[in-house]
Formats: sequence, C-alpha cells, structure tokens
Amino acid sequence: MNAPVPNAEAREIALAGMGASRLRKEDARFIQGKGNYVDDMKMPGMLHMDIVRSPIAHGRIVKINKEAALAMPGVHAVLTAEDLKPLKLHWMPTLAGDVAAVLADEKVHFQMQEVAIVIADDRYIAADAIEAVEVEYEELPVVMDPYEALQPGAPVIREDLAGKTEGAHGAREHHNHIFTWDAGNKAAADAAFDNAEVTVSQHMYYPRVHPCPLETCGCVASFDPIKGDLTTYITSQAPHVVRTVVSMLSGIPESKVRIVSPDIGGGFGNKVGIYPGYVCAIVASIVLGRPVKWVEDRMENISSTAFARDYHMDGELAATADGKITGLRVNVVADHGAFDACADPTKFPAGMFHIVSGSYDIPAAHASVKGVYTNKTPGGVAYRCSFRVTEAVYLIERMVDVLAQKLNIDKAEIRRRNFIQKEQFPYTSAFGFEYDSGDYPTALEKVLDAVDYKGLRAEQAAKRADPNSPTLMGIGLVTFTEVVGAGPSKICDILGVGMFDSCEIRIHPTGSAIARMGTITQGQGHQTTYAQIIATELGIESEVIQVEEGDTSTAPYGLGTYGSRSTPVAGAAIALAARKIHAKAKKIAAHMLEVNEADLDWEVDRFKVKGDDSKFKTMADVAWQAYHQPPEGMEPGLEAVHYYDPPNFTFPFGIYLAVVDIDRGTGETKIRRFYALDDCGTRINPMIIDGQIHGGLTEGFAVAMGQQMPYDAQGNLLGNTLMDYFLPTMVETPHWETDHTVTPSPHHPIGAKGVAESPHVGSIPTFTSAIVDAFSHLGVTHLDMPHNALRTWKALKANGVNL
Amino acid sequence: MSKKLITVTINGKKEERAVEPRTLLVHFLREDLNLTGAHIGCETSHCGACTVDVDGESVKACTHLAVQCDGSEVLTVEGLADKGVLHAVQEGFYKEHGLQCGFCTPGMLMRAYRFLQENSNPTEDEIRHGMSGNLCRCTGYQNIIKSVQYAAKKLQEPVTA
Repeated sequence: MNAPVPNAEAREIALAGMGASRLRKEDARFIQGKGNYVDDMKMPGMLHMDIVRSPIAHGRIVKINKEAALAMPGVHAVLTAEDLKPLKLHWMPTLAGDVAAVLADEKVHFQMQEVAIVIADDRYIAADAIEAVEVEYEELPVVMDPYEALQPGAPVIREDLAGKTEGAHGAREHHNHIFTWDAGNKAAADAAFDNAEVTVSQHMYYPRVHPCPLETCGCVASFDPIKGDLTTYITSQAPHVVRTVVSMLSGIPESKVRIVSPDIGGGFGNKVGIYPGYVCAIVASIVLGRPVKWVEDRMENISSTAFARDYHMDGELAATADGKITGLRVNVVADHGAFDACADPTKFPAGMFHIVSGSYDIPAAHASVKGVYTNKTPGGVAYRCSFRVTEAVYLIERMVDVLAQKLNIDKAEIRRRNFIQKEQFPYTSAFGFEYDSGDYPTALEKVLDAVDYKGLRAEQAAKRADPNSPTLMGIGLVTFTEVVGAGPSKICDILGVGMFDSCEIRIHPTGSAIARMGTITQGQGHQTTYAQIIATELGIESEVIQVEEGDTSTAPYGLGTYGSRSTPVAGAAIALAARKIHAKAKKIAAHMLEVNEADLDWEVDRFKVKGDDSKFKTMADVAWQAYHQPPEGMEPGLEAVHYYDPPNFTFPFGIYLAVVDIDRGTGETKIRRFYALDDCGTRINPMIIDGQIHGGLTEGFAVAMGQQMPYDAQGNLLGNTLMDYFLPTMVETPHWETDHTVTPSPHHPIGAKGVAESPHVGSIPTFTSAIVDAFSHLGVTHLDMPHNALRTWKALKANGVNL
Repeated sequence: MSKKLITVTINGKKEERAVEPRTLLVHFLREDLNLTGAHIGCETSHCGACTVDVDGESVKACTHLAVQCDGSEVLTVEGLADKGVLHAVQEGFYKEHGLQCGFCTPGMLMRAYRFLQENSNPTEDEIRHGMSGNLCRCTGYQNIIKSVQYAAKKLQEPVTA
C-alpha cells in the first residue's frame, strides 16, 4: 500500500529550508569534544616550533647567539632571518601592498616582533630553547604617536623604504607616511561648509583593540621532500588565498600546495592575514622535511597578531538651522603600526571607510585618511566589520548626535529629517556607493514604539530635575548602514585576485547532495544555512545535504569568510549553482513525464504536470534518472559549479537603542536595556541570525565599555593576557533584545544581505551615544571609549556631578 | 627531566602514565591521551576552555599539573555522554543554540555539568555568576544561559523507565 503523499506545506516543513530555525548540523561534534581544530592535529614525526620575540619596540639586532639553544637535547634547529635570506623568505608581501619581515632583518620594529624560531621535539623543549637564544639589541628611539611620527625630525621606522617616494597607494610625503587616501568631492564639501547656516566639528579617537578569538592562531605544516607536496593545516579565514600566497612565496606549484582550514575557533578578522609564524612553520618543514606545528599562546596572539582600529578622527557637519545635513568632511590619521598589513581590498587603503555618510542623504562629502607607521604591531584587521566600516559608522553617528545637541533637536528627529527615503533606492551616496535597498523610517519607528521612547525621555527629564538622583540616565540611538558582500571584482581584489566566491553542488544518484564552498566557517553555522538554501532551491531535505569547506584540494576557489561576505557572495553562488541543476532537472523531468518543460510546475520538491497532481517527479526521481538513463544526447550526472562575482555590495542596516544608568558615585554603568533591530534582507535561519547578533553585540559591548591596548612611551604593551585585556563574562554582559524588518536586496539571487558584523558595527556607537547622552545636559558632546568606570568617573568629576 | 608515574581514572578508565612533573593537565589529556576536547585558550585560567572535572570539582586544566591528579578521577567532555545518550547539558546547548565556533563549548559543558550539581535549580543571576569563569566570544551568552536552564529543568524531571 502506498503511503499518502504529504501536502506541500508538510513537505516544506520537512525540507527545513530557508526561513526555518533549523538546529545546527555542526553541533554534534562540538558538544561531544570531537571538533577538529588545528592544535588537535598530530602527524607522525611532527616537531614543534616556538618563536623568539623582541622585548623592545625599536632596535638594531647586534648579535644572535644560537649555540646554547642548539646544544639542548631535542632541539632540531634555530633559524633567523640570515637562514631565510638564501630562500628569499625573510620578507613577505602584506595584503596592503607593503612588505613585512618574516623574521626581523637586522632591526626590530615593534615589541614581540618575531626574531628567531626554534624547532624541537615537543612544545616544552621548544619553550625552554627560546629562552636560551641570546639576542643583543641596540635600542633606537621609539615612536608611538602617529602625529609625532609625521614630524620632520621623527625617527625613521622603516629604513628598508629609505628614499622611496612612491607607496602602494600614491606618493609618500614623509619617511613614516604610508598613504593619503581621498574620497568624495572636496570642492563640493568645502562649498557646503562655506554656505552652511550651522557647522559642528568633533575630534574622536577610536582606540586600538584586538579581536581575540578564543582559539589563537597556529598551523601544522608538512612538506613531503620526495613528492614535493606541501600540506598545511591552518587557522585561516581564507585558505585559497593562503595557498596562492604560499605558492608565490615558496615557488612550490599551487597544485602541489594543499591548505586545510579545519574547525576554526573564532576568527573575527584576526585570521585573515598571513602571519610570520605560518611562514616560519612552513619554512621549517621544508628545511627539516618533517611536519612542524606552531600554535601561538595568548600573549603572542594579543601582542603580535593583527589589531584593529586605532583611528584618530576629525568629523565636521554642515547643516541648515533646522537640522538638514548639507555637507560632511572627515580627516583621519590612521596608526597602522610598523608594517602596513591591513586586510583591505587592494584598491581601498582605508577599506570601506567611505560608507561614512551613513544612512543619510548628504549631498556633499569628502574624507581623507592618512596612514602612518609607528612602532606598534602591524595588522589593522577588519575586526568584525567590513574593512573599517566600524570606524566610519562610529564617526557619522557621533557627528549626527553632536549636531542634534547643538541644534537642540531630538536625536531620533534629526535622523528622521536626514534619512535616505525608501523611494530613493537604489541610492548613490556622495562617496559613490550605490545602496541597494533600505527602509530606515519604518525600522526607526518600530524601535521607538517598542521601547516607549517618549516615556524614556520623560523619565530622563524627571531624573535630571531630581538633584538626589543617584544615577545619570542616558539614551543611545544609532541608525546605521553597513556595506558588506565584498565584493565586485571590478573594484575589489586581494593581491590581484578578484573577490568572487564559489560553490560546487553534486546530487548523488539516490538524491542526497554535497556542496563544496570557497568559504570557511568559524562558527557562523555554514553547514546548516548553506544546506537550507539548497533545500529550498532543489527540494532536497537539509538533513541529507552535506556542506564541505576549507580544503583547497577539494573546494572550488573562493576568497573566504570575513567582512560578512559568506551569505551575500557564497550564498548567491549556492543559489545559482542550484538553479543550474534545477534547470537540467526540469529537462529530465519533462522527458520522464513525456511533456514539454513549459507544462511543468515546481512545487517544493517536485516537478508536477500542470493541472494533474498525480503526475510528478521528485528531485530524487530525477537524480536517479540523471545517472541511470538521462535523455538522449544529455550528459549524465546532476551537478554544477558557480563562481559568483557580485554586481554590487549589499547594504544591511539596523536601528539600535540603549538605555544606561551611570552611578554618580563610582562611574559604573549599568546597561539597563539594549534593543537591536536588524534588517539583513531575506532571513535564512532566524535562530542563527539571532545568535550572530548576540555575539556581535557582546563584542561591541567589550570594545565600547572596556577594551584598550595601552602602550607606554617605550612601546611596551601594558596588558597582553586575559588578566588585563577585557573580554566580558556572563556577569557583566547585558541582556539583548532583538527585532527585525526584512528589506531584501534587489540584486541578490535570494535577497540576503549578511548580518554577523552589523551588531558589532552598530552597537559600539550606541554605547557611546548613551553614555554621552547622560552628560548631554551639561554640554558634553563626546567622550572617547572605552567607557570604563574610571574614565566615566573622571568625566563625572570634570563636570561636577559626582556624589 | 625525570618523569613520575601517575595513575588517573579518566572517564571511568584507569590510565597509568609517566609524566614530567611540570606537565600541565591539559597537555597530558590532549597530547598523551588524545582527549582533545579540552582546549587551550589563555594559559592563565581566565577563559575556561580547558575546564574538566577532577574529583567532583571544576578545574582549569591549563594551570593544573598532571601530577596533582595522581589517584584522582577526571571527567572530560568525552566522558559526558552515557552510552551514546547525550547528557542534559549537551542536549541543552544543542537545543538552545548555546554554541557557535564550538571552541569554548567543552569547557562550558563541563562547568555546567558541575555547576548544576552545586545548584540544581539556579536563577539566571546564579547561572551568570556560576559560569563566569568560562568565556565565550561568539554567542553573547544569552543562549548559553538558556542552555543551562534547559539542562537544569531536564535534570529535575523524574527518571522514567
């Protein structure tokens, strides 16, 4: 007896496709301790590498004595720049058009720079041996302030660039100058200011912070001297690009280099770049002909892998007396450390910073960013943001608040007056971005209603009127637009490789499927969400769709996972690969049902003959036919590959509101409420989206309320362990309320825009907005992060309001 | 360095090994016994990714010596499920989306396992404090709290045959 066919709705639920809060496929291994991270890798004959690092920030290497270390039992080699020179591997290109020392070449440029490596039988011996390597330094004057670095007599940081007047991004004005990058129209912006009824300006500093994923960086490199093959397991967000760079550096043909990113314990941009440690482990494996493992410790991670931010920003707005913004000017001095190693698309030395006009219809704008060398760690990663969007959003949101304060207009109202309106999309900003879609006013009103904004303002007014109130109340409001989905190859590339992404789908004869991707998850749940896209496109249950990533020997070439690009770019590649399969499947179904393709309808998981529900072929039926007896003249099999080069970025947006209470006696801040509305277009898995938002908000909370990387004048990093560097625990992390609207991207095959960074980008200025709001009645327009209790207490004291 | 013979019961199985006195418990588990569930995140006891259970207490294995465990009973994430049936805390983390990258998860689970024996019916505030020795960078904690609440509820249900 045939079982009755479930109706379409039941079948759709069984698919667990797009829109379903499907539980994650990847969890089974993680909750049973069967994750497979780089440090879990073991290989026969594997040796361990450790790194000798510079204790000073700037100095000449006078002498390195390896003898004592080499004499230790279990030590196989000690290598310095001198050993790497014959291989031409002592310097390497950075992602930003600069070069960086792999091992310090005669000079150290920042504290904890890599000076030598030791390879030993186990990690304990290696750790003993690095202590035995004697390095003699001649100290040089240290430059830590980027403004001082640009003074005429400032010490020369990069002697290797002596006399070089052209940088990767134009003329160099000074020996510590990297680039000056201009965007927008200066003349138009200047004219707007000349004619303005009102202008405001504000200086602000976005401090240097560290992404600090819980898993540090590391790799296991294994060179086979007989076959000439190199296999490297690596903590990388972009394994294909790593393979290309490793091949270019080593001379090993790319086809003989295999890079595998296994499970990755968080990335947040920290694992995009190529660090000296990776290169050293690979070199050591080539030199010794044995597998070599390197895993950095937490101090090394915080002090030597890529930091983020460190932007000194001046913003200016021109406006009419009723608050309509007519012009924006921005000047930034960006501290990029000792080597320009920012992870930005090649043509954008300041990344996507020109989203700095935000969600507002600003007719004239100009931004100028100056990159500067100092004796700090290089890096400048896009930490949970799309290439410097965090800084841009912070600046414009602060400036709009400053203007609102000057004009005594409510911060919600001034945003209403300046929003790009729904009917203006697609909207081209003064910086040349074409925003794809958006509906800011609807989202704003939804948030204001949800939190009873009027009621909050009334409560605040009552508190301000009460001289005995123990707290200052602040309301932060941010209305941001992100730019993600990097990016269109015509404008975005990394080292000359276009920023497309890719998917290959194979349907097996029995109707299950495998998809291989150019991206790599670091916790975003790709195995689940990607399968859901395929489930919806092809009518195959998510349960039987396998998603594989991270192995360059099997996955199609892709630029990886960072900048919230997985769903906007790779998600589109999946949909389009699936549609190629769908088109072929339809031909096969028509052949099987002996009708024309035009006579078929698609319903959830099957092709049906129009007008006759009893005549249909499921995707599983078609798959079997494709391998068993395809129509005459048709190639057997059911698979497709798609390389997706996006026509444009996507522009998710959000409206965030925070309510804080600041203790007047201690400066401690309680986050009473945080309401986050995000619009990331089509939502694939709401459970996963909410999880990503929670995570991003928590990292934003950490940056705004506690994180900093303080250096002393000698270039010592004061605090490079988790004892000093603030990662919030459950106790201080606020409760998050999430909400959404849905405005699909018109140019994306499924309308999805990407979400994971939005909460980070949007929340940080929201916290500052709330803190400053608590002081705004005292004439305070801005307070720099981090808003820890001491700094806030000082602000209370400075304004005469502490108890 | 001379080695010392230790006997440790790990996930119910007796293991006898010679270790250097300076060997950290987390390295002993990961390198000598191939139990890679406990992870190394900070080496200073702050992140809790290496949390395991030693003689009925949560211990951070990155600052605990293997020789300190001579004669002890150690439970790691690999021993949490019983004959293939997930423990309530494992089920809770799965059902409530209490993890993303999974790196902190084994430590979180082991702490939750012990915490719920210390306090079987905790309030949200008690969970926040009881679990505050474990850091997570991906989840924002809200779902971890829900995961622990799920497990607490499940553990209080009467056992059915």
